[in-house]
Amino acid sequence: MAQIALFAAIMVVLGFFPLIELPLVPAPFTSQTLGVILAGSIIGARRGGLAILLFVVLVVIGLPVLPGGRGGLGVILGPTGGFVLAYPVGAYVTGLLTERLWKRYNQWTAMLCNLVGGALVLYAIGIPWMAVAAHLSMEKAVTGSVVFLPGDLLKVVIGSLAAVTVRRAYPMITPGTPRPAGDERA
Amino acid sequence: MLSLHHDARTPVHALPAGVKLLVLFAVGTTLFFVTSMTVLGAAVVGVGLCYALARIPWRTAGRQLLTVLPFAVSILALQWLFSGWETAVLVGQRIVVLVMLANLVTLTTRTTAMIAAIETALRPLKPLGIRPERVGLVVAMTIRFIPVIKEQADQVRAAQRARGVERSTAFLAPLLVKTLRLADGLGEALDARGVDGPRRTEGTRPL
Repeated sequence: MAQIALFAAIMVVLGFFPLIELPLVPAPFTSQTLGVILAGSIIGARRGGLAILLFVVLVVIGLPVLPGGRGGLGVILGPTGGFVLAYPVGAYVTGLLTERLWKRYNQWTAMLCNLVGGALVLYAIGIPWMAVAAHLSMEKAVTGSVVFLPGDLLKVVIGSLAAVTVRRAYPMITPGTPRPAGDERA
Repeated sequence: MLSLHHDARTPVHALPAGVKLLVLFAVGTTLFFVTSMTVLGAAVVGVGLCYALARIPWRTAGRQLLTVLPFAVSILALQWLFSGWETAVLVGQRIVVLVMLANLVTLTTRTTAMIAAIETALRPLKPLGIRPERVGLVVAMTIRFIPVIKEQADQVRAAQRARGVERSTAFLAPLLVKTLRLADGLGEALDARGVDGPRRTEGTRPL
């Protein structure tokens, strides 16, 4: 439980990092997808997903924890809300892949896990949401999001480096052997 | 940590958080099927009236609107370019209504009331291993962790400077390990107090 709170807090801290708003693109550039990647790849699917879900709960209850001090339900229902809602799913998928590949986990497999969970899943949910909420066609929403690709790839690389190092120093995921039933220490 | 809540005693504030959330979701869904500019215009006015009813100061309301402005403007510009001004106005009205109404819910509902409403909403997820009654504690823990992470980050940076490393790319990993150790310590402390972990009843014996 403390780990879940920790990674939700890491998400918040990452939101304080400088925010670059691009003209004509209806979504801010944030470091927070790094938090999604880290949560999934370090504490695994279930706990990582819950940590980021907790972060979304903080947004919903109106704490200004999104970049630029934004927060509240308005953001969720706005054009970029799909990305925020996709964060927990992304963390879960990242964690799931990481757990599967845990025995062969290295810089490259880490990047694969993080790319799928920390970028593709977010796009798959966030872009259609933006298309509906902002009444854009899918192509336009996709084109509008392409500018995030370099930044997201950078975050995938940074997140993978950190995840591989932490795995060596302080592994949190036990592969193949699920925790004994009833052990909810998370 | 500052909440966005605006304190006052009005009918809007008095509504239960769950009701407000339901209204919001109902309005949110119906809005996407409305394609009449007059109806949407009326909705904008209606939301404005709700703000007046909740006695939200102009400045607070304006600040709320300001945060969505960059996105709204860029979307409007795109729409105008690609689909003409009618769609642009419709979409703009929709976004204003939704975002302002959602912000009104946030402004008029206490964080604690919101947590309570979320605990109720999470109740069906109990079989998945989520314990809704823990939500309040975890939220408090998260908020407490934020300054702790900053402290730890400062320590890592100081340690690296002491070793003559001025700018290191390996900053994230030590920070993560340090904070994870802290979190595990906290987890153990919670365990010891019986807050977290499996419920052990066989261990309690009358003296």
